[in-house]
Amino acid sequence: MREVSRLVRRQPLGAAGGIIVLALVAVAVLAPRLAWHGPKEAGFAPYLPPSAEFPMGTDQVGRDVMSRVIWGARLSLYVGLVSVLFGITAGSLWGAVTAYLGGAADTGSQRVVDAVMALPPIILALALMAALGQSVNNVIIALVVLLTPTAARTIRSVALGVVASPYMEAARAVGASRWRIICRHLIPNCLAAYIVLITTNVSYAIVVEASLSFIGAGAPPDEPSWGGMLTAGIQALETAPWMILFPGLAISLAVFGLNLFGDSIRDVTDPRLRGGLG
Amino acid sequence: MRSYVVRRLLLFIPALLGASMLIFVLMRLVPGDIAEILVYQTGSETSGVQQRQIQQIRRELGLNEPVVVQYLSWVAGAVRGDFGKSYTQRRPVWDIVRERFPRSMELAILTLALALVWAIPLGVISAVYRNSPLDYLARIASLSGLSLPLFVTGALILYGLVRLFHWIPPLEFVPFSENPVENLKQLIWPALAQAFYISAPIARLTRSQMLEVIRQDYVRTARAKGLTERAVVYRHALRNSLLPVVTFVGWWGGRLLGGLVIMEIIFVVPGMGTALVQAVSQRDYPTVQAMVFLMALVFLLVNLLVDLVYVWLDPRIHYA
Repeated sequence: MREVSRLVRRQPLGAAGGIIVLALVAVAVLAPRLAWHGPKEAGFAPYLPPSAEFPMGTDQVGRDVMSRVIWGARLSLYVGLVSVLFGITAGSLWGAVTAYLGGAADTGSQRVVDAVMALPPIILALALMAALGQSVNNVIIALVVLLTPTAARTIRSVALGVVASPYMEAARAVGASRWRIICRHLIPNCLAAYIVLITTNVSYAIVVEASLSFIGAGAPPDEPSWGGMLTAGIQALETAPWMILFPGLAISLAVFGLNLFGDSIRDVTDPRLRGGLG
Repeated sequence: MRSYVVRRLLLFIPALLGASMLIFVLMRLVPGDIAEILVYQTGSETSGVQQRQIQQIRRELGLNEPVVVQYLSWVAGAVRGDFGKSYTQRRPVWDIVRERFPRSMELAILTLALALVWAIPLGVISAVYRNSPLDYLARIASLSGLSLPLFVTGALILYGLVRLFHWIPPLEFVPFSENPVENLKQLIWPALAQAFYISAPIARLTRSQMLEVIRQDYVRTARAKGLTERAVVYRHALRNSLLPVVTFVGWWGGRLLGGLVIMEIIFVVPGMGTALVQAVSQRDYPTVQAMVFLMALVFLLVNLLVDLVYVWLDPRIHYA
């Protein structure tokens, strides 16, 4: 409890972000209880303005916008968390191990990272989605491909510093095995950077998912993706502005909270670790 | 210096090869090719005739060759500047690129100009009047810029225009050289939306760098010798804080060409991004490959340029 109050005093913005993130998680977890209707349940009159029955109105095929915004929290968080967890973990291990091995393994893997990072991220994701087919889980695969090389590059630079440090030399001198050095010395010393990468990239992943769905290349149109909801809303800008306002507000608030939270985690763990995907 | 540039340029080769290979393979994995799309568009049911037509189109376009052979022949063409013909528009891809590239470039330049004009003063003011209401206002503005996804800003601008002025930007693209006013009427809005997004990190970076530099001895010296506050802030502090800002802007500038796709879609700008999205959905491989290749090349070139500008901005940096 004392810890919490100290955190609030030291990082008021981070604490505010934390509250927004908690609320987001709560909405995502409780979606089946909070939403009055199913995310794909259609059949009400289309384009109804906000009212007591439909607080955020209905969309072009007569679905309750509020229910879809609530279910959208679950979809966004699911995609954001799973893709970041897999992508950043895979990339971090890749970066740490190649930095340790050095030589051809390191140079070779850096050329691969160069190649992937030379491609515009949204275009790469678009091509991946075209090849894989549109589904929520394929969005996650595309995001993993996007996140892995960036994490590999960031963690590699951290790991290079660790590899050059005296305690690594000491471990080698006492005859520790390669496996033991990687697991006991290298990985734990890259952990802070890893955590920062995780917290700062969830919002990035959520925005990319929504952007892909907005272009029509992400989640299938009937899935309650905030991005996809905006696409439909733009078609009906004059008649049904609530279709863009509420999903737009939801994603902005979520990203705002995650950014505040991620920023303060970064400040707490290591102020030197600025960078990444931002 | 020259050997550094040569070494960097040599690194372009594996990056471009890898990037183009990745896109090449991905496009081949997309279910359904151009032959099927062309044939099934005209008829409704599958018949032996259609199958033969599909085979014939594939033979003509070289689509029945092994992927490795197709890729190598593409590379052979690309190094000679021949990117092949678009499957759907039936004209050289290079013509399409030449038509689209300047439009996206204009939008990118407009965006960067707007972002810099707005973000750097914002960062400076924030730093000079640190912790004042002005500073908080500036920081909130930049934080909200960071949190509003591009398509939300774009949609809101569109909604605002419709709601307040009962006006939507022109949907027909007019080149700047023909009618600058009509051209800007369409492009200023996507540029504003994109600039709002990019300006947030630029303002934040400028602020934190300024705060760092203002504490330096040479700034105190500049004040002590009686320079005006203006000269101190702009000539001594700002110039020295711009270095990381340049890297960041360069990185973004290189990315902008591909990143503009969302704005181009919302505001119906017939640029590189919209062409790419269309080409992907139509399985127009030559167009996709050429455009992605060009975007990757621009990204790498801009990055190299940024590193060279660095030397010019800070004579202490020296590349061997």
